[in-house]
Amino acid sequence: MHRVLQDFADPFYFRQVLPDIWSGFLINVHMMVIAEALVLVLALVLAIVRGLPGRGAKPFRGLAIVYTDFFRGTPLTIVAYAFILGVPGLRYAGISNYSNEVYGIMALTVVYTAYVTEVYRAGIESVHGSQRMAARSLGLSYGQAMRYVVLPQAIRRVVPPLLNDFIGLQKDTAIIGAIGVTEAAAQGQNFASSYFNFTGFLVGAVFFIYLTIPLARFTDHLIKQRELRERAAMV
Amino acid sequence: MNANGHFVALEGVTKRFGDLEVLRRVNLTVEEHNVVCLIGASGSGKSTLLRCINLLEKVDEGRIVVDGEEITNGQVDVNALRRKIGIVFQAYNLFPHMTVLQNVSLAPRKVRGLDRETSREVAMELLRRIGLEDKANEFPDRLSGGQQQRVAIARALAMNPRLLLLDEITSALDPQLVSEVLNLVRSLTEVGMTMIIATHEMTFAREVSDRVCFLDGGVIYEQGPPEQIFSNPSEPRTREFLARIIEAGRL
Repeated sequence: MHRVLQDFADPFYFRQVLPDIWSGFLINVHMMVIAEALVLVLALVLAIVRGLPGRGAKPFRGLAIVYTDFFRGTPLTIVAYAFILGVPGLRYAGISNYSNEVYGIMALTVVYTAYVTEVYRAGIESVHGSQRMAARSLGLSYGQAMRYVVLPQAIRRVVPPLLNDFIGLQKDTAIIGAIGVTEAAAQGQNFASSYFNFTGFLVGAVFFIYLTIPLARFTDHLIKQRELRERAAMV
Repeated sequence: MNANGHFVALEGVTKRFGDLEVLRRVNLTVEEHNVVCLIGASGSGKSTLLRCINLLEKVDEGRIVVDGEEITNGQVDVNALRRKIGIVFQAYNLFPHMTVLQNVSLAPRKVRGLDRETSREVAMELLRRIGLEDKANEFPDRLSGGQQQRVAIARALAMNPRLLLLDEITSALDPQLVSEVLNLVRSLTEVGMTMIIATHEMTFAREVSDRVCFLDGGVIYEQGPPEQIFSNPSEPRTREFLARIIEAGRL
C-alpha cells in the first residue's frame, strides 16, 4: 500500500508536477470547448438534413446517414491518427500546416458530431406530429414550423443526453494527448518516464473529475426538473 | 366566389389510406357566412374531410375549390391557402413551450408579417374577446382544457381566416367545460364566420347550422337544413344513427 501511494500520490512529486499538468489541462479544456461548440452546430445541421422531406432531399439524407454510420463506427483513435499524422502528410497548402491541437479538435468534432446528430434526431422525432401539423395549418412553412415549434421543444428534451455526450468528449481529449498534443495526460506520461513516478496521472485525473462532476450533477438536476414538470402536467 | 357561386365546393372527393377508402366521391358546397355541421359516427370520415380542405391530407380523386381557386391541382401555394383557412383540433395542439400570448401571436408575426408590437396587440385583442387576457403570460399546461381550446380558436382567428374548420373541438373536454367553448363558437356564427364543424354535439349542431351533413363510411348519406335532418331524416341510416344518439341521451 505504501508503494502504491508513493508511486501514484507522492506529496513531493505532487508539488513538482502540478504546474505542468495544469498547463496541459488548459489545452484539454481549450480543445473541449471549441469541439463542443462546433459539434452543437454541425450536428444540428446534420439532424435537420436527415429529416428533410421529399424526394429532392434524398441524396442529402443519404449523405447524412453515411456520415453518422461511418463516424459512429470508427474509433476516435483511428480518426485522430488520420488527422494528426495523415493530413499533414497530404501537403495540401490549405489544411496541412495546422498544429496537432487543431487536428485533434477536428478529429473530436468529426466523431462527436456523428453521436450528437443522433441525439438531436431522437429529440426531433419525439415532438408529436400534431405540433408540426398545428404549425403548418397556421400557414407556417416547413422551415418556420421547424424553427419555432419543433426545434425549441426537441432541444429542451435532449439537453441531458447532450451533456452526457459532452462528458465523454471531455475525457476523450486525453486520447488526442496520446497522439501528439501535450495536454494533461501526455504531461503525466512525460513526467512518469522522467521520474518513474505516476503522481502526474492522479493530478490529471483529479482535474478531469473536477470538470465532469458539476456537469453530471447539472444533468441530474435537469432530468429531475423535467420529471417534476411532466408529473405536474399529468395531474 | 367561384363560377358556380359557392365559397367552398368539393366535387367527387375520394381519399384512401392504403386499401381503405375513407372518403368516397364526396360532394359538398358551403356558402360564405354559412355554418355546415358534419355529423356521423367516429371513423365516418368527418376529420379527414376537414383535413382535405386545408390540404393537411392529399386528395386522391376529385377536386376542391375554395374561394374561386382549385386547391387540388397540386399547383396551389399551400401556405397561402392555409392563411385563409383556420383549423382547430380535438386535442388543441397548443405549443407547450410558448405562453398563451406567444401561441396566438406567432402566426401573425411570422406569416402575416406584422411587427412584434402589432402582432401582440392583435393577440391581446383576441384574448380579451375570449375572456382570457389574464392568462396571456401563462403556459398552456396551466390552463383547463376548455381554456386551452379557446386559446386554440383565438390562435386560428389571429390569421383572419375566411373559413374556419372545427374538428370535434369539444370531444376531449370534460362535460362542464364544453359550454364555454361552444359559446365562443356561437359568438363566431353571430359575426358571420364561415365554418365547417365536425361534431358530436347534436343539440349544438341543430342550433347553429345552416346545413347538416350525415356521413357514414366516407359517404355523405344525407344533407339538408337541421330541422329536416334531425326531425324528418329520409335515409334509414340517418334515422338509425339519430336513434342511437337519442338513446345515449345526447339529443
